[in-house]
Amino acid sequence: MIALREIARARSGDKGNSANIAVFGRTPAAYAWLRENLSAADVQSYFAKLGVGPVTRYEVDNLDALNFILPNVLGGGGSRSLRIDAQGKTLGMALLEMPVDAEAALVTKANR
Amino acid sequence: MNRPLKIANASGFWGDQPSAAADLVAAQPDLDFLTLDYLAEVSLSIMAIVRAKDPTAGFARDFIEVLRSLVPFYQNEGRTRIVTNAGGLDPLSCARACREILDAAKLTRLKIAIVSGDDVLAMLKHEPSGFPNLETGETLAPLAARLVTANAYLGADGIAAAIRGGADIVITGRVADPSLTVGPCVAHFGWAATDYHAIAGATIAGHLIECGTQATGGFSTDWLDLPDNHAIGFPIVEISADGSCAVTKPPGTGGAVTISTVREQLLYEIGDPGNYLSPDATVSLLGLKLTDEGGNRVRVAGASGRAPTDSFKVSATFRDGYKAHGQLTIFGHDAVKKAQCAGDGILRRLRERGCNFRETLVECLGTGASVSGVASRGDDARLIETVLRVSVAADTKEPVERFTKEIAPLVTCGPQGVTGYATGRPKVLPIFGYWPTLIPKARVAANWSFL
Repeated sequence: MIALREIARARSGDKGNSANIAVFGRTPAAYAWLRENLSAADVQSYFAKLGVGPVTRYEVDNLDALNFILPNVLGGGGSRSLRIDAQGKTLGMALLEMPVDAEAALVTKANR
Repeated sequence: MNRPLKIANASGFWGDQPSAAADLVAAQPDLDFLTLDYLAEVSLSIMAIVRAKDPTAGFARDFIEVLRSLVPFYQNEGRTRIVTNAGGLDPLSCARACREILDAAKLTRLKIAIVSGDDVLAMLKHEPSGFPNLETGETLAPLAARLVTANAYLGADGIAAAIRGGADIVITGRVADPSLTVGPCVAHFGWAATDYHAIAGATIAGHLIECGTQATGGFSTDWLDLPDNHAIGFPIVEISADGSCAVTKPPGTGGAVTISTVREQLLYEIGDPGNYLSPDATVSLLGLKLTDEGGNRVRVAGASGRAPTDSFKVSATFRDGYKAHGQLTIFGHDAVKKAQCAGDGILRRLRERGCNFRETLVECLGTGASVSGVASRGDDARLIETVLRVSVAADTKEPVERFTKEIAPLVTCGPQGVTGYATGRPKVLPIFGYWPTLIPKARVAANWSFL
């Protein structure tokens, strides 16, 4: 197993009580792996403890990216959430910690 | 006009670097426009609170200082125009404060225009059943009496008209963030409202720069590897007549404009990338093509647009009680256990004394609390230090106020090794509920005028 961050970049942001996380393959081959293997269900179960609702996945092939929409993941969001991260600033970094069963060959030295 | 239009962003949010605007025009005096964004989802509710105490303070006062910093540039014949939503709830008062600065500096030649019409609070209050929550479908009726603000995200029309009319500084209330960029493009290139592909391109350009340095390496995954990340340059888009653009930043600044940094920002806060809804066009990002031209310059082309929807998004806020957060640092053996126990203890003591909270939270920062239970790096018991953060929320102010007095006493009644208490008692903060909804465009009278 490797960490997702070894083959991907990410960026998260908020909309009300929902967040999106865009995940980018560090190489076209890494993106092809993500597209095949990183499902909406994977992301939903990974963030289950935050109370996330049904996750939607969009494929953005021209940017080597998957865009995940995570409803109800911010404990109320904006000014209401009591959490240290009320606006999902950390969700991208959190997802990149996910252990994934990708071939080590997808990790190139230049990408570390 | 067919030459590309150079537009920079000098503020990504209310609280961004105050020196950005002056730095940008010093480095690139040929910029056509500066855009400055001050309004996040609930910013207007904060302005409403400030305005309740001072009727002339319902706007982003930070912008007045930014304008003051640009006085020498304008006295030196600088020509860069400005478009900003700093007007917040009260563009007129913002414009008057700007006028004072400019007149005192003998810059009477600079014309200030105001775009207004975004405030739809009266409509939501009078017929709350017509404005269901965009995300949940719930009715607004039970909350109508608690509404604080309701503002439609206007499009580029008013901004474009003001610029065509000769405005040097355009001050708006709520507008869609990318429209701050689309407005100048429509005025400059003479696009028709139905030139959807070009407008889509400018919308993408505006989206890319609306969060300031997030387009030039800030917030990027590989931030640590960026050159001079202590002084990341604010972004510039050079937009062509077809709506495509080159993203860049001033020479000699830190950060990076590469395919990686640009595409990360492209999908920031995006839902369905095939249907990005803006008041000026519905945009698809799925045909975008990014080309790295080298030297911190990335070309973005291929945006496609179609007719926008017939409604504006409205961001409304309502009063929803009070909250406070208290923080202390706990050091030593069993730091996390002690912090959790001390945090739970504060809440228990308050409950035993009759305080009713509708929600409480104890977080031990350092353990992965930002995404509690999702990701951590090993056993919390190994941590020799943690920051205890205790939060409460209640419908009324009293129990929250009482809570704010219970944090510092942990220094003497809590475990040994409690520190970081010198910042004073936590503040009681009002909570604003967020209510996104839609309003038919025909019901909103957007307009502009010179001050």
